[in-house]
Amino acid sequence: MAAVGIVVVSHSRPLADAAVELARQMLPNSTLAIEVAAGTDDGGLGTDAVAVSTAITAADTGDGVVVLMDLGSAVMSAETALELLDDDVRARVVLSAAPLVEGLVGAAVVAAGGADRDRVAAEALRGLAPKQAHLG
Amino acid sequence: MGTMDADALGAWVREYARAVTEHRDELTELDSAIGDADHGTNMHRGMTAAVAALDASPPTDGAALLKTVAMTMISKVGGTSGPLYGTLFLRMSGALDDGSPAAFAAAFRAGVEGVVARGKAELQDKTMVDALLPAADALTEAVGAGQELDVALRAAADAAAKGRDSVTPLVARKGRASYLGERSADHVDPGAESAVLLVEAAAATLGRS
Repeated sequence: MAAVGIVVVSHSRPLADAAVELARQMLPNSTLAIEVAAGTDDGGLGTDAVAVSTAITAADTGDGVVVLMDLGSAVMSAETALELLDDDVRARVVLSAAPLVEGLVGAAVVAAGGADRDRVAAEALRGLAPKQAHLG
Repeated sequence: MGTMDADALGAWVREYARAVTEHRDELTELDSAIGDADHGTNMHRGMTAAVAALDASPPTDGAALLKTVAMTMISKVGGTSGPLYGTLFLRMSGALDDGSPAAFAAAFRAGVEGVVARGKAELQDKTMVDALLPAADALTEAVGAGQELDVALRAAADAAAKGRDSVTPLVARKGRASYLGERSADHVDPGAESAVLLVEAAAATLGRS
């Protein structure tokens, strides 16, 4: 069973923490690694590529990491974080274009069930599907 | 003309920090018109932290100094300009070579190409690239033609300002400003403005070393 880690990158620490809380509600008793890199170190809005690379390393158990982001600098900080990682870790990381909240919930559920990295990444990307199906 | 050692590059970085601080409110005002109103604050925070890092542990060579600035910008700026300016300084650090004027011009070009790759912006998208690419071209051309570095950097700073001004009428196609569509036209791009300050700081310091 794979143990894929998840990283949430956001401009806002409260936004990231709340998204993780929402996802964890779906995962009772799970020890799934969900790391957060969000906000500036003075508590403001912003992203920090060094913090993202640290979060990726913390979430990585060897089976890969899927990174969910909000917008703008979160995306570029995640890309920059990849440059700061060792080659072997970087090769295991997927930056997901999924919407943050819906992607995180979808990814967390399958990751907690032991899915491999590509399956977790694919599930994140189809995060909007239930809402789209419902609204037609 | 001296080489681009830690003293020379440190003077550039400190002059840029001073200029960013002087223009902090102006940069934020430009960004409030077409972005998220944090560019001046972010650049001030990043460059102040960069100078503090240089003071705390003075690097002994130019490449190490640029790397310290890069890592500080990447970590402390918070906005998109963190990864972008951080990548510029990081790629320059890796390409500085012997620190001769020709090597500096090549390193600056490598840095600008890093910004282009990171931001995936093209000319006329109305970003910092519209100031940086013409500056890199002018610097490379002038140094290649055997101009002294002060003359070459003056040409680069003028090209940066001209590039910034050329995209002011345009609609932004990248970054937060692109969310605004037509409303972004006829505003100075804040990233292009801070990029002009960077090249002006180089002309004011490196050209005189």
